Amino acid sequence: MQITLKIQRYNPDTDDAPYYQEYTVEVDPNARLLDALMDVKRFQDGSLGFRKSCAHGVCGSDAMRINGQDGLACKTLVKEVAEEDGATVVVEPLRYLPVQRDLIVDQAEFFEKYKSIKPYLINDQPVAEKERIQSPEERLQFDDTTNCILCASCYSACPIPEEHPAFIGPAAIAQAFRFLADSRDKGEEQRLPVLDDADGVWLCENHFKCTQACPRSILITKRINQTKRMIKEGKGDK
Amino acid sequence: MIHHFDTIIVGSGGAGLYAALEASRKSKTAVLSKLYPVRSHTGAAQGGISAALGNVEEDKPEWHAFDTVKGGDYLVDQQAAHILAEEAVQAVYDLENRGLPFNRTPEGRIDQRRFGGHTRNFGEGPVRRACYAADRTGHMILQTLYQQCIKNEVSFYDEFQVVDLILDGSVCSGLVVVELATGDLHIFAAKAVLFATGGFGRIFKITSNAYANTGDGPAVCARRGIPLEDMEFFQFHPTGIMGLGILISEAVRGEGGILRNRDGERFMERYSPTLLDLAPRDIVARSIQTEVLQGKGIRGDGKIDDYVHLDATHLGADVLAAKLPDITDFCETYLGINPAEKPIPVLPTAHYAMGGIPTDTSGRVLLDKDGTVVDGLYAAGECACVSVHGANRLGTNSLLDLVVFGRRAGLHIADYVSQAAAADPSESAAAEAQNWIGRLTDGAEGPHGGHITDQMQTTMMEKIGIYRNENDMAAAVEEIKELRERYGSVRVQDTSSQFNTDLLEMIELGNMLDLALITAESALKRQESRGAHSREDYPERDDDNWLKHTLAYLDGNEVRLDYKGVDTSIWEPKPRSY
Repeated sequence: MQITLKIQRYNPDTDDAPYYQEYTVEVDPNARLLDALMDVKRFQDGSLGFRKSCAHGVCGSDAMRINGQDGLACKTLVKEVAEEDGATVVVEPLRYLPVQRDLIVDQAEFFEKYKSIKPYLINDQPVAEKERIQSPEERLQFDDTTNCILCASCYSACPIPEEHPAFIGPAAIAQAFRFLADSRDKGEEQRLPVLDDADGVWLCENHFKCTQACPRSILITKRINQTKRMIKEGKGDK
Repeated sequence: MIHHFDTIIVGSGGAGLYAALEASRKSKTAVLSKLYPVRSHTGAAQGGISAALGNVEEDKPEWHAFDTVKGGDYLVDQQAAHILAEEAVQAVYDLENRGLPFNRTPEGRIDQRRFGGHTRNFGEGPVRRACYAADRTGHMILQTLYQQCIKNEVSFYDEFQVVDLILDGSVCSGLVVVELATGDLHIFAAKAVLFATGGFGRIFKITSNAYANTGDGPAVCARRGIPLEDMEFFQFHPTGIMGLGILISEAVRGEGGILRNRDGERFMERYSPTLLDLAPRDIVARSIQTEVLQGKGIRGDGKIDDYVHLDATHLGADVLAAKLPDITDFCETYLGINPAEKPIPVLPTAHYAMGGIPTDTSGRVLLDKDGTVVDGLYAAGECACVSVHGANRLGTNSLLDLVVFGRRAGLHIADYVSQAAAADPSESAAAEAQNWIGRLTDGAEGPHGGHITDQMQTTMMEKIGIYRNENDMAAAVEEIKELRERYGSVRVQDTSSQFNTDLLEMIELGNMLDLALITAESALKRQESRGAHSREDYPERDDDNWLKHTLAYLDGNEVRLDYKGVDTSIWEPKPRSY
């Protein structure tokens, strides 16, 4: 089928403001949107800027806004966003993060917020056995949050940063939960104050946009609410 | 601009991050990566990491080492395989202790499952050796190591692309690097440089590999006179999603999945009576291709892009959800099928380079067949060739390779830089890189690289694929040479210096063309069939003449070949059957 990609272009060094440019591509409806973007890049306009790598939804490079929905270009099929021949698909960069070029955004702030929750196992006790023992049930408590690829789709989908740019964001909270709910972790004292901060979990209003956007099917809103409960109970409810 | 470090790690996948953790304890270390660190392709590895923990049944590192040697069709250096298998056990515990969420047994220990070519007691039958975290084991290794780098405050330079290596005689003194954000060229002076740049499956049309897998490290080394070892051995994974090449983990068969042809026949019974669907990948990939070419693919037209079925319907939705959730998701997303209800259409996909930059077991890069070391230069992971994978890698041994040899390289570097003299390259070291980039961006008329990329990938797929012969390979060499000449006049279309991804891709194309030529030439010259190198005109393994590693030197538009012996100090090579 033939589709039109209406892509937001912007080069901060040469353009006064972002603008849209349209490209027509012939593409299989079952192809990935990334395939359509690559077609443009390789055969029409090498100057189009976007990130990509794995091309099957596990590296998180090509998160962007597609018809106003945040997600991965490699996990979005053309037929999902272009219903009929000649349809136009609007492609824009993620929100809240500074545009560096076209669809490329500076993710430094997103990663700084992620790092602030100390996203690593905290446990200074020596390991008694070869591995730390953990039951399948204990592991299941945080299983889905380990799916996170830090693509920032949820961050862009969340309405809260519009009013509160300092909001730590859904990904960082879900990753804090990933460790707080891990029976091997002892980091509550170090993480909970970051989450209980004015820019932390309490800004979340359960819009569920993060959960809807997550390309890895993480129940982010639910994990945020569980984190709120942990804080209320004064410590991790393991 | 010149930056000074003790140690520079290039690449932030499993090998690079592990080495960085070790090296940064004792030396001023920076990690350069052309991607954000958590985007590396280690994260796409699915099925598991093998170690003879014996958590669910008896197992021994010695059996693991033997399987690795036999799986590699005896081209494996056996002491290296011994190290791999022995150190695997502690490596897996170490990852767990650092937080990796492995799946667990009912007793709370690390669970293990079957994988291709991994056997008990020297081939008696499959053994449960692969430790796993659902079907995202590589993702969890990458995340865990990145988390540890955050904890240990490792320095990263994100989106920096290496374009040249600075050698002072046979001593490494740094790198020339282009910064994506600005287009500036930087010199990183360092006493030690580790390449951990991953694979280069993107030289092929259908591949499981990421766009980033363009072999930058090996290409940079090759252009500086360092040979590349065993490049003819490129693994085609048996089960990629039809048309797309997206990997469907061997873990599907490890959990009981079965390959079937158009008659519904479990055809692996004919090719591998003992291990069946869990035979090593080279054997399974050839078996699929043979079925397809004999008209037993699902369409039945005998064409090369016909496919077979991977049947996981009998595993049940619960097992798929608990142990293979990503595979289930890929099938639903890209094929619109639920693998609990319908078989998965699969065909082989270019997956893994057994060959690469020659190293010893400390990751030190070797310059020739005599084992001359390039002081201060290291390589680890898929871009390196230790050689623990020989002519065919076993599933799960790649993640293991990253962790074991990434760590060993990092430890050796920490020692080396403590006594090495400071590196002091001059600004002129960037001259050649400057010329290259200057030519690509000078604004002159020239073809764009898109079509060259396309043609290279098609040539490699059609002529240096699963089955090979003299005529096809000779034609491939000529075609790649012609493409390399055309590359000489390529120009970028993006005239900006900031975030010029066009420039990045044209640099990558240059790298891939170098590696495609070396791969094709190395394959053409090896007149035998061994592991993944399967020749119609030389169908047998020939130990008398070819039990040796290839060393390929790039010399302009030509490749010069040399060879070196294989370490067979533990097990005598035997015919390989499963």
